[in-house]
Amino acid sequence: MKCDHCDKAAVVHEVTVKNGEKSEVHLCKEHAAAAGIAVPTDQPVNQLLTQLVLSGKTRSGAKAASPTCPSCGLTFARFRQSGTLGCPGCYDAFGRQLAGLIERAQCGATHHTGKTPRRAGGSIDRQRLIHRLVRELDEAVAAEQYERAAKLRDQLTCLERDDAPGPAESAG
Amino acid sequence: MKWSTNSAWLEQGPESDVVLSCRARLARNIAGFPFVARASDNQRAEIFNLSRQVLRQLDLGQDLLWFDLREAAANELMLLLVERHLISRHHAEMDLPRAVAITPDERVSIMVNEEDHLRMQFLAPGLQFEHALLEINRIDDKVESRLDFAFSSRWGYLTACPTNVGTGIRFSTMLHLPGLKLAKDIDRVRRAAKDMHLAVRGYYGEGSDSAGDFYQISNQITLGASEADILDAFSAKILPQIIAYERKAREVLVSKRSTYLDDRIFRAVGVLQSARIIDVKEAMKLLSRIRLGVCLGRLPDFELATINQLFLRIQPAHLRMMSPTPLRDEELSIARAAFIRKTLG
Repeated sequence: MKCDHCDKAAVVHEVTVKNGEKSEVHLCKEHAAAAGIAVPTDQPVNQLLTQLVLSGKTRSGAKAASPTCPSCGLTFARFRQSGTLGCPGCYDAFGRQLAGLIERAQCGATHHTGKTPRRAGGSIDRQRLIHRLVRELDEAVAAEQYERAAKLRDQLTCLERDDAPGPAESAG
Repeated sequence: MKWSTNSAWLEQGPESDVVLSCRARLARNIAGFPFVARASDNQRAEIFNLSRQVLRQLDLGQDLLWFDLREAAANELMLLLVERHLISRHHAEMDLPRAVAITPDERVSIMVNEEDHLRMQFLAPGLQFEHALLEINRIDDKVESRLDFAFSSRWGYLTACPTNVGTGIRFSTMLHLPGLKLAKDIDRVRRAAKDMHLAVRGYYGEGSDSAGDFYQISNQITLGASEADILDAFSAKILPQIIAYERKAREVLVSKRSTYLDDRIFRAVGVLQSARIIDVKEAMKLLSRIRLGVCLGRLPDFELATINQLFLRIQPAHLRMMSPTPLRDEELSIARAAFIRKTLG
Protein backbone atom coordinates (compact mmCIF):
# COMPACT_ATOMS: atom_id res chain seq x y z
CA MET A 1 0.00 0.00 0.00
CA LYS A 2 1.28 3.46 -0.91
CA CYS A 3 1.77 6.43 1.38
CA ASP A 4 -1.09 8.96 1.37
CA HIS A 5 1.36 11.75 0.50
CA CYS A 6 3.83 10.15 -1.93
CA ASP A 7 4.52 7.00 -3.97
CA LYS A 8 6.63 5.25 -1.35
CA ALA A 9 5.39 2.15 0.44
CA ALA A 10 3.44 2.96 3.59
CA VAL A 11 4.92 1.54 6.78
CA VAL A 12 2.49 3.11 9.24
CA HIS A 13 -1.19 2.26 8.99
CA GLU A 14 -3.62 3.90 11.37
CA VAL A 15 -7.29 3.07 11.50
CA THR A 16 -9.46 5.32 13.63
CA VAL A 17 -13.10 4.78 14.43
CA LYS A 18 -14.80 7.95 15.65
CA ASN A 19 -18.54 8.27 16.14
CA GLY A 20 -18.93 5.03 14.23
CA GLU A 21 -17.00 6.36 11.20
CA LYS A 22 -13.79 4.72 10.12
CA SER A 23 -10.87 6.71 8.72
CA GLU A 24 -7.52 5.35 7.57
CA VAL A 25 -4.09 6.92 7.35
CA HIS A 26 -1.18 5.26 5.53
CA LEU A 27 2.25 6.86 5.71
CA CYS A 28 5.77 6.08 4.51
CA LYS A 29 8.64 6.23 6.99
CA GLU A 30 9.51 9.84 6.17
CA HIS A 31 5.96 11.19 6.29
CA ALA A 32 5.30 9.22 9.46
CA ALA A 33 8.35 10.84 11.04
CA ALA A 34 7.18 14.25 9.81
CA ALA A 35 3.84 13.60 11.48
CA GLY A 36 5.64 12.79 14.70
CA ILE A 37 4.91 9.05 14.60
CA ALA A 38 7.76 6.80 15.65
CA VAL A 39 8.29 3.95 13.21
CA PRO A 40 8.96 0.71 15.09
CA THR A 41 11.95 -0.82 13.34
CA ASP A 42 13.06 -3.46 15.76
CA GLN A 43 10.03 -3.96 17.88
CA PRO A 44 9.74 -7.33 19.60
CA VAL A 45 7.33 -9.46 17.64
CA ASN A 46 5.18 -10.18 20.68
CA GLN A 47 4.45 -6.48 21.00
CA LEU A 48 3.53 -6.30 17.34
CA LEU A 49 1.28 -9.29 17.87
CA THR A 50 -0.38 -7.59 20.80
CA GLN A 51 -0.95 -4.49 18.72
CA LEU A 52 -2.33 -6.58 15.89
CA VAL A 53 -4.80 -8.30 18.16
CA LEU A 54 -5.67 -4.99 19.74
CA SER A 55 -6.28 -3.31 16.42
CA GLY A 56 -9.12 -5.78 15.86
CA LYS A 57 -10.62 -4.48 19.06
CA THR A 58 -10.66 -0.84 17.98
CA ARG A 59 -14.29 -0.76 16.94
CA SER A 60 -15.70 -1.89 20.26
CA GLY A 61 -13.03 -0.53 22.58
CA ALA A 62 -12.14 2.86 21.17
CA LYS A 63 -15.02 4.89 22.46
CA ALA A 64 -14.89 3.77 26.08
CA ALA A 65 -13.00 6.10 28.41
CA SER A 66 -9.54 4.68 28.79
CA PRO A 67 -9.22 2.93 32.15
CA THR A 68 -6.17 3.67 34.28
CA CYS A 69 -4.23 1.25 36.44
CA PRO A 70 -4.34 2.53 40.05
CA SER A 71 -1.02 0.87 40.84
CA CYS A 72 1.20 2.30 38.11
CA GLY A 73 -0.91 4.96 36.39
CA LEU A 74 -0.75 3.36 32.94
CA THR A 75 -3.81 4.00 30.80
CA PHE A 76 -5.28 1.31 28.61
CA ALA A 77 -4.82 3.64 25.62
CA ARG A 78 -1.11 3.81 26.36
CA PHE A 79 -0.94 0.04 26.60
CA ARG A 80 -2.56 -0.15 23.19
CA GLN A 81 0.26 1.93 21.76
CA SER A 82 3.12 0.04 23.34
CA GLY A 83 1.76 -3.50 23.71
CA THR A 84 3.40 -3.62 27.13
CA LEU A 85 1.63 -3.48 30.49
CA GLY A 86 2.95 -1.32 33.31
CA CYS A 87 2.77 -3.62 36.32
CA PRO A 88 1.16 -6.82 37.61
CA GLY A 89 -1.78 -4.70 38.84
CA CYS A 90 -2.66 -3.82 35.21
CA TYR A 91 -4.03 -7.35 34.82
CA ASP A 92 -6.73 -6.48 37.39
CA ALA A 93 -7.21 -2.88 36.30
CA PHE A 94 -7.72 -3.82 32.63
CA GLY A 95 -9.18 -7.25 33.37
CA ARG A 96 -12.26 -6.87 31.21
CA GLN A 97 -10.42 -5.44 28.20
CA LEU A 98 -7.50 -7.82 28.52
CA ALA A 99 -9.65 -10.94 28.82
CA GLY A 100 -10.79 -10.75 25.19
CA LEU A 101 -7.37 -9.78 23.94
CA ILE A 102 -5.62 -12.60 25.76
CA GLU A 103 -8.24 -15.11 24.72
CA ARG A 104 -7.68 -14.24 21.07
CA ALA A 105 -3.90 -14.18 21.31
CA GLN A 106 -3.86 -17.44 23.26
CA CYS A 107 -6.19 -19.41 21.00
CA GLY A 108 -9.20 -19.29 23.28
CA ALA A 109 -7.37 -20.02 26.53
CA THR A 110 -8.81 -18.09 29.46
CA HIS A 111 -7.04 -19.54 32.50
CA HIS A 112 -3.64 -20.62 33.62
CA THR A 113 -3.30 -24.34 34.16
CA GLY A 114 0.46 -24.63 34.39
CA LYS A 115 3.02 -24.35 37.13
CA THR A 116 2.14 -22.56 40.37
CA PRO A 117 4.74 -20.96 42.62
CA ARG A 118 5.49 -23.13 45.63
CA ARG A 119 5.19 -20.12 47.89
CA ALA A 120 1.60 -19.61 46.76
CA GLY A 121 0.90 -22.84 48.67
CA GLY A 122 -2.36 -24.61 47.97
CA SER A 123 -3.11 -22.33 45.09
CA ILE A 124 -2.96 -25.21 42.63
CA ASP A 125 -6.21 -26.52 44.09
CA ARG A 126 -7.84 -23.12 44.04
CA GLN A 127 -6.70 -22.53 40.52
CA ARG A 128 -8.12 -25.85 39.37
CA LEU A 129 -11.31 -25.04 41.19
CA ILE A 130 -11.58 -21.75 39.34
CA HIS A 131 -11.02 -23.53 36.07
CA ARG A 132 -13.76 -26.03 36.83
CA LEU A 133 -16.15 -23.30 37.95
CA VAL A 134 -15.61 -21.37 34.72
CA ARG A 135 -16.44 -24.47 32.72
CA GLU A 136 -19.54 -25.10 34.83
CA LEU A 137 -20.57 -21.48 34.43
CA ASP A 138 -20.29 -21.74 30.65
CA GLU A 139 -22.38 -24.91 30.69
CA ALA A 140 -24.99 -23.30 32.94
CA VAL A 141 -25.30 -20.27 30.67
CA ALA A 142 -25.50 -22.47 27.58
CA ALA A 143 -28.28 -24.49 29.26
CA GLU A 144 -30.00 -21.24 30.31
CA GLN A 145 -29.74 -22.22 33.99
CA TYR A 146 -29.36 -18.63 35.10
CA GLU A 147 -29.91 -19.16 38.80
CA ARG A 148 -27.14 -21.73 38.90
CA ALA A 149 -24.97 -19.49 36.74
CA ALA A 150 -25.42 -16.59 39.17
CA LYS A 151 -24.31 -18.76 42.10
CA LEU A 152 -21.30 -20.01 40.18
CA ARG A 153 -20.35 -16.46 39.24
CA ASP A 154 -20.53 -15.38 42.89
CA GLN A 155 -18.27 -18.26 43.87
CA LEU A 156 -15.83 -17.33 41.15
CA THR A 157 -15.77 -13.71 42.27
CA CYS A 158 -14.99 -14.84 45.81
CA LEU A 159 -12.18 -17.09 44.65
CA GLU A 160 -10.65 -14.49 42.38
CA ARG A 161 -10.65 -11.97 45.24
CA ASP A 162 -8.51 -14.49 47.11
CA ASP A 163 -11.40 -14.76 49.52
CA ALA A 164 -11.80 -18.42 48.83
CA PRO A 165 -14.64 -20.41 50.35
CA GLY A 166 -13.83 -24.02 51.15
CA PRO A 167 -13.99 -26.51 48.30
CA ALA A 168 -17.12 -28.13 49.74
CA GLU A 169 -19.01 -24.84 49.48
CA SER A 170 -17.77 -24.15 46.01
CA ALA A 171 -18.64 -27.46 44.48
CA GLY A 172 -22.35 -26.64 44.35
CA MET B 1 34.97 -16.05 30.78
CA LYS B 2 37.07 -17.85 28.19
CA TRP B 3 35.51 -17.01 24.89
CA SER B 4 37.91 -19.25 23.05
CA THR B 5 36.02 -22.28 24.35
CA ASN B 6 33.26 -23.62 22.18
CA SER B 7 29.63 -23.28 23.15
CA ALA B 8 28.36 -26.55 24.65
CA TRP B 9 25.01 -26.12 22.95
CA LEU B 10 26.64 -26.29 19.52
CA GLU B 11 28.02 -29.77 20.11
CA GLN B 12 26.37 -32.73 18.46
CA GLY B 13 23.03 -33.74 19.99
CA PRO B 14 19.99 -35.88 19.22
CA GLU B 15 18.67 -35.34 15.67
CA SER B 16 21.48 -32.90 15.07
CA ASP B 17 21.55 -33.54 11.34
CA VAL B 18 18.51 -31.24 11.28
CA VAL B 19 18.25 -29.73 14.77
CA LEU B 20 21.08 -27.39 15.73
CA SER B 21 19.84 -26.53 19.20
CA CYS B 22 16.77 -26.20 21.39
CA ARG B 23 15.88 -23.72 24.09
CA ALA B 24 13.39 -23.37 26.93
CA ARG B 25 12.88 -19.83 28.24
CA LEU B 26 10.84 -18.53 31.16
CA ALA B 27 9.62 -14.95 31.62
CA ARG B 28 9.30 -13.94 35.29
CA ASN B 29 8.70 -10.71 37.20
CA ILE B 30 9.41 -9.99 40.83
CA ALA B 31 6.26 -9.24 42.84
CA GLY B 32 5.93 -5.71 44.18
CA PHE B 33 7.61 -3.91 41.28
CA PRO B 34 6.28 -2.42 38.04
CA PHE B 35 7.43 -4.11 34.83
CA VAL B 36 10.77 -2.86 33.49
CA ALA B 37 9.44 -0.32 30.99
CA ARG B 38 7.28 1.39 33.64
CA ALA B 39 9.69 1.13 36.58
CA SER B 40 11.58 4.17 37.86
CA ASP B 41 15.36 4.28 37.70
CA ASN B 42 15.49 3.48 41.41
CA GLN B 43 13.17 0.52 41.01
CA ARG B 44 15.19 -0.81 38.07
CA ALA B 45 18.34 -0.49 40.16
CA GLU B 46 16.59 -2.31 43.00
CA ILE B 47 15.50 -5.16 40.68
CA PHE B 48 19.05 -5.30 39.35
CA ASN B 49 20.56 -5.51 42.86
CA LEU B 50 18.00 -7.96 44.15
CA SER B 51 18.52 -10.24 41.17
CA ARG B 52 22.29 -10.09 41.54
CA GLN B 53 22.04 -10.99 45.20
CA VAL B 54 19.75 -13.95 44.53
CA LEU B 55 21.57 -15.25 41.46
CA ARG B 56 24.93 -15.06 43.20
CA GLN B 57 23.65 -17.41 45.88
CA LEU B 58 22.12 -19.81 43.40
CA ASP B 59 23.67 -23.28 43.46
CA LEU B 60 23.53 -24.61 39.92
CA GLY B 61 26.48 -26.94 40.30
CA GLN B 62 28.65 -24.53 38.34
CA ASP B 63 29.49 -20.84 38.42
CA LEU B 64 27.03 -18.24 37.30
CA LEU B 65 28.98 -15.36 35.83
CA TRP B 66 27.45 -11.93 36.18
CA PHE B 67 27.86 -9.32 33.42
CA ASP B 68 26.75 -5.79 34.16
CA LEU B 69 25.81 -4.64 30.67
CA ARG B 70 26.17 -0.97 31.52
CA GLU B 71 29.82 -1.63 32.22
CA ALA B 72 30.33 -4.20 29.52
CA ALA B 73 33.15 -2.52 27.73
CA ALA B 74 30.58 -1.80 25.85
CA ASN B 75 29.29 -2.78 22.61
CA GLU B 76 31.78 -5.41 21.61
CA LEU B 77 30.99 -7.77 24.50
CA MET B 78 27.28 -7.21 24.11
CA LEU B 79 27.38 -7.97 20.40
CA LEU B 80 29.31 -11.11 21.22
CA LEU B 81 26.60 -12.15 23.68
CA VAL B 82 23.92 -11.42 21.07
CA GLU B 83 25.74 -13.51 18.47
CA ARG B 84 25.96 -16.35 20.98
CA HIS B 85 22.21 -16.11 21.62
CA LEU B 86 22.86 -15.39 25.31
CA ILE B 87 21.10 -12.02 25.32
CA SER B 88 18.57 -10.55 22.91
CA ARG B 89 19.38 -7.67 20.61
CA HIS B 90 16.69 -5.72 22.46
CA HIS B 91 18.53 -6.30 25.74
CA ALA B 92 21.82 -5.14 24.22
CA GLU B 93 20.27 -1.96 22.89
CA MET B 94 18.38 -0.88 26.03
CA ASP B 95 19.70 1.99 28.08
CA LEU B 96 19.05 1.11 31.72
CA PRO B 97 20.56 -0.97 34.54
CA ARG B 98 20.61 -4.51 33.17
CA ALA B 99 22.70 -7.61 33.35
CA VAL B 100 23.04 -11.19 32.27
CA ALA B 101 24.13 -14.19 34.33
CA ILE B 102 25.67 -17.02 32.33
CA THR B 103 27.11 -20.43 33.21
CA PRO B 104 30.57 -21.07 31.71
CA ASP B 105 29.14 -23.76 29.40
CA GLU B 106 26.64 -21.14 28.18
CA ARG B 107 23.69 -23.50 28.56
CA VAL B 108 22.10 -21.23 31.17
CA SER B 109 21.62 -17.54 30.71
CA ILE B 110 19.45 -15.24 32.80
CA MET B 111 18.75 -11.76 31.47
CA VAL B 112 17.92 -9.18 34.13
CA ASN B 113 15.76 -6.16 33.26
CA GLU B 114 14.93 -7.12 29.70
CA GLU B 115 11.24 -6.80 28.82
CA ASP B 116 10.54 -8.77 32.00
CA HIS B 117 12.59 -8.62 35.19
CA LEU B 118 14.02 -12.08 34.52
CA ARG B 119 14.26 -14.02 31.29
CA MET B 120 15.82 -17.38 32.10
CA GLN B 121 16.87 -19.76 29.34
CA PHE B 122 18.40 -23.20 29.02
CA LEU B 123 20.04 -24.09 25.71
CA ALA B 124 20.87 -27.63 24.65
CA PRO B 125 22.39 -29.11 21.49
CA GLY B 126 20.09 -31.04 19.15
CA LEU B 127 16.55 -31.95 20.07
CA GLN B 128 16.25 -32.50 23.82
CA PHE B 129 13.43 -30.29 24.96
CA GLU B 130 12.47 -32.49 27.89
CA HIS B 131 15.95 -32.02 29.30
CA ALA B 132 15.76 -28.26 28.66
CA LEU B 133 12.36 -28.04 30.38
CA LEU B 134 13.54 -30.01 33.41
CA GLU B 135 16.64 -27.87 33.74
CA ILE B 136 14.89 -24.52 33.40
CA ASN B 137 12.22 -25.67 35.83
CA ARG B 138 14.91 -26.64 38.33
CA ILE B 139 16.47 -23.19 37.99
CA ASP B 140 13.07 -21.53 38.30
CA ASP B 141 12.39 -23.47 41.53
CA LYS B 142 15.70 -22.33 42.97
CA VAL B 143 15.14 -18.68 42.09
CA GLU B 144 11.56 -18.88 43.29
CA SER B 145 12.64 -20.17 46.68
CA ARG B 146 14.29 -16.76 47.20
CA LEU B 147 12.07 -14.38 45.25
CA ASP B 148 8.30 -13.90 45.03
CA PHE B 149 7.15 -13.78 41.44
CA ALA B 150 4.13 -11.83 40.24
CA PHE B 151 1.43 -14.47 39.83
CA SER B 152 -2.35 -14.58 39.64
CA SER B 153 -4.54 -17.62 39.98
CA ARG B 154 -6.34 -16.81 36.76
CA TRP B 155 -3.55 -15.55 34.52
CA GLY B 156 -0.59 -17.42 35.97
CA TYR B 157 2.83 -15.75 35.84
CA LEU B 158 2.25 -12.09 34.99
CA THR B 159 4.40 -10.73 32.19
CA ALA B 160 4.91 -7.31 30.66
CA CYS B 161 3.46 -8.46 27.37
CA PRO B 162 0.20 -10.41 27.69
CA THR B 163 1.31 -12.72 24.88
CA ASN B 164 3.70 -14.36 27.38
CA VAL B 165 1.28 -14.61 30.29
CA GLY B 166 0.45 -17.91 31.99
CA THR B 167 3.39 -20.26 31.96
CA GLY B 168 5.69 -17.56 30.56
CA ILE B 169 7.39 -20.37 28.68
CA ARG B 170 8.81 -20.21 25.21
CA PHE B 171 10.30 -23.27 23.54
CA SER B 172 12.31 -22.64 20.44
CA THR B 173 14.52 -24.67 18.19
CA MET B 174 17.00 -23.82 15.48
CA LEU B 175 16.47 -26.09 12.49
CA HIS B 176 18.78 -26.51 9.51
CA LEU B 177 16.54 -27.01 6.48
CA PRO B 178 18.70 -26.84 3.32
CA GLY B 179 16.86 -29.79 1.74
CA LEU B 180 13.45 -28.17 2.04
CA LYS B 181 14.89 -24.86 0.87
CA LEU B 182 16.30 -26.49 -2.27
CA ALA B 183 13.04 -28.32 -2.84
CA LYS B 184 11.26 -24.96 -2.42
CA ASP B 185 9.13 -26.53 0.28
CA ILE B 186 9.81 -24.05 3.07
CA ASP B 187 6.40 -22.47 2.61
CA ARG B 188 4.85 -25.80 3.54
CA VAL B 189 6.71 -25.67 6.83
CA ARG B 190 5.63 -22.09 7.39
CA ARG B 191 2.00 -22.96 6.74
CA ALA B 192 2.10 -26.03 8.98
CA ALA B 193 3.76 -23.99 11.72
CA LYS B 194 1.20 -21.22 11.40
CA ASP B 195 -1.66 -23.72 11.65
CA MET B 196 -0.11 -24.97 14.87
CA HIS B 197 0.27 -21.41 16.23
CA LEU B 198 4.03 -21.50 16.03
CA ALA B 199 6.30 -18.64 15.01
CA VAL B 200 8.99 -19.11 12.33
CA ARG B 201 11.98 -16.77 12.35
CA GLY B 202 15.46 -16.60 10.86
CA TYR B 203 18.90 -17.35 12.33
CA TYR B 204 19.19 -14.03 14.12
CA GLY B 205 15.68 -14.12 15.60
CA GLU B 206 12.91 -11.62 15.15
CA GLY B 207 12.84 -9.89 11.80
CA SER B 208 15.83 -11.79 10.41
CA ASP B 209 16.03 -13.87 7.26
CA SER B 210 16.96 -17.52 6.95
CA ALA B 211 20.75 -17.04 6.81
CA GLY B 212 22.49 -20.39 6.40
CA ASP B 213 19.11 -22.09 5.81
CA PHE B 214 18.43 -21.93 9.55
CA TYR B 215 14.92 -21.42 10.86
CA GLN B 216 13.89 -20.81 14.46
CA ILE B 217 10.52 -22.22 15.39
CA SER B 218 8.82 -21.41 18.68
CA ASN B 219 5.47 -21.74 20.44
CA GLN B 220 3.21 -18.72 20.76
CA ILE B 221 0.62 -20.13 23.13
CA THR B 222 1.67 -19.77 26.77
CA LEU B 223 -1.69 -19.94 28.55
CA GLY B 224 -4.29 -22.63 29.14
CA ALA B 225 -2.02 -25.66 29.08
CA SER B 226 0.70 -26.99 31.35
CA GLU B 227 4.33 -26.51 30.38
CA ALA B 228 4.55 -30.22 29.52
CA ASP B 229 1.43 -30.06 27.34
CA ILE B 230 2.72 -26.98 25.51
CA LEU B 231 5.95 -28.84 24.88
CA ASP B 232 4.10 -31.96 23.78
CA ALA B 233 2.02 -30.05 21.23
CA PHE B 234 5.21 -28.48 19.92
CA SER B 235 7.86 -31.14 19.99
CA ALA B 236 5.87 -34.34 19.75
CA LYS B 237 3.58 -33.28 16.94
CA ILE B 238 4.99 -30.81 14.49
CA LEU B 239 8.76 -31.07 14.91
CA PRO B 240 9.06 -34.76 14.00
CA GLN B 241 7.08 -34.00 10.84
CA ILE B 242 9.39 -31.15 9.83
CA ILE B 243 12.46 -33.26 10.56
CA ALA B 244 11.00 -36.10 8.49
CA TYR B 245 10.21 -33.71 5.59
CA GLU B 246 13.74 -32.37 5.65
CA ARG B 247 15.28 -35.86 5.66
CA LYS B 248 13.00 -36.92 2.84
CA ALA B 249 14.03 -33.86 0.82
CA ARG B 250 17.68 -34.76 1.42
CA GLU B 251 17.06 -38.37 0.35
CA VAL B 252 15.48 -37.17 -2.88
CA LEU B 253 18.51 -34.97 -3.54
CA VAL B 254 20.86 -37.91 -2.97
CA SER B 255 18.88 -40.34 -5.09
CA LYS B 256 17.78 -38.08 -7.94
CA ARG B 257 20.16 -35.13 -8.06
CA SER B 258 23.38 -36.42 -6.60
CA THR B 259 25.70 -34.75 -9.14
CA TYR B 260 23.96 -31.42 -8.60
CA LEU B 261 24.14 -31.92 -4.84
CA ASP B 262 27.84 -32.83 -4.86
CA ASP B 263 28.59 -29.92 -7.16
CA ARG B 264 27.05 -27.52 -4.67
CA ILE B 265 28.81 -29.11 -1.71
CA PHE B 266 32.29 -29.36 -3.23
CA ARG B 267 32.12 -25.92 -4.82
CA ALA B 268 31.30 -24.57 -1.37
CA VAL B 269 34.35 -26.35 0.06
CA GLY B 270 36.47 -25.01 -2.79
CA VAL B 271 35.38 -21.43 -2.30
CA LEU B 272 35.66 -21.47 1.49
CA GLN B 273 39.11 -23.10 1.37
CA SER B 274 40.34 -20.53 -1.14
CA ALA B 275 38.53 -17.24 -0.64
CA ARG B 276 40.50 -14.24 0.62
CA ILE B 277 37.52 -11.95 1.19
CA ILE B 278 34.06 -13.16 2.16
CA ASP B 279 31.03 -11.49 3.72
CA VAL B 280 28.96 -13.17 6.39
CA LYS B 281 26.00 -13.83 4.13
CA GLU B 282 28.00 -15.71 1.51
CA ALA B 283 29.97 -17.56 4.18
CA MET B 284 26.78 -18.76 5.88
CA LYS B 285 25.26 -19.81 2.57
CA LEU B 286 28.32 -21.90 1.70
CA LEU B 287 28.72 -23.29 5.23
CA SER B 288 25.12 -24.45 5.01
CA ARG B 289 26.06 -26.55 1.96
CA ILE B 290 29.06 -27.98 3.79
CA ARG B 291 26.90 -28.80 6.80
CA LEU B 292 24.51 -30.63 4.49
CA GLY B 293 27.46 -32.48 2.95
CA VAL B 294 28.73 -33.54 6.37
CA CYS B 295 25.28 -34.78 7.44
CA LEU B 296 24.94 -36.79 4.22
CA GLY B 297 28.37 -38.39 4.68
CA ARG B 298 29.78 -36.58 1.60
CA LEU B 299 32.54 -34.87 3.60
CA PRO B 300 33.98 -37.42 6.05
CA ASP B 301 36.97 -35.20 6.87
CA PHE B 302 34.84 -32.51 8.53
CA GLU B 303 33.28 -32.70 11.99
CA LEU B 304 29.70 -31.50 12.39
CA ALA B 305 30.53 -29.69 15.65
CA THR B 306 33.33 -27.77 13.91
CA ILE B 307 30.97 -26.57 11.20
CA ASN B 308 28.34 -25.65 13.82
CA GLN B 309 30.89 -23.56 15.69
CA LEU B 310 31.99 -21.88 12.46
CA PHE B 311 28.51 -20.41 11.93
CA LEU B 312 28.99 -18.60 15.21
CA ARG B 313 32.64 -17.69 14.98
CA ILE B 314 32.49 -15.98 11.61
CA GLN B 315 30.09 -13.36 13.00
CA PRO B 316 31.57 -9.83 13.32
CA ALA B 317 31.92 -9.60 17.11
CA HIS B 318 33.55 -13.03 17.24
CA LEU B 319 36.09 -12.14 14.59
CA ARG B 320 36.86 -8.91 16.44
CA MET B 321 37.26 -10.79 19.71
CA MET B 322 39.69 -13.29 18.13
CA SER B 323 41.77 -10.66 16.36
CA PRO B 324 44.90 -9.39 18.16
CA THR B 325 44.38 -5.97 16.57
CA PRO B 326 41.19 -3.90 16.15
CA LEU B 327 39.42 -4.70 12.89
CA ARG B 328 37.83 -2.08 10.69
CA ASP B 329 34.61 -3.05 8.93
CA GLU B 330 36.34 -3.69 5.61
CA GLU B 331 38.92 -5.91 7.32
CA LEU B 332 36.25 -8.22 8.73
CA SER B 333 35.69 -10.02 5.44
CA ILE B 334 39.42 -10.67 5.13
CA ALA B 335 39.66 -11.96 8.71
CA ARG B 336 36.59 -14.13 8.13
CA ALA B 337 38.02 -15.71 4.99
CA ALA B 338 41.33 -16.37 6.75
CA PHE B 339 39.66 -17.94 9.78
CA ILE B 340 37.53 -20.23 7.61
CA ARG B 341 40.54 -21.31 5.52
CA LYS B 342 42.46 -22.12 8.68
CA THR B 343 39.57 -24.08 10.21
CA LEU B 344 38.72 -26.06 7.08
CA GLY B 345 42.37 -26.77 6.37
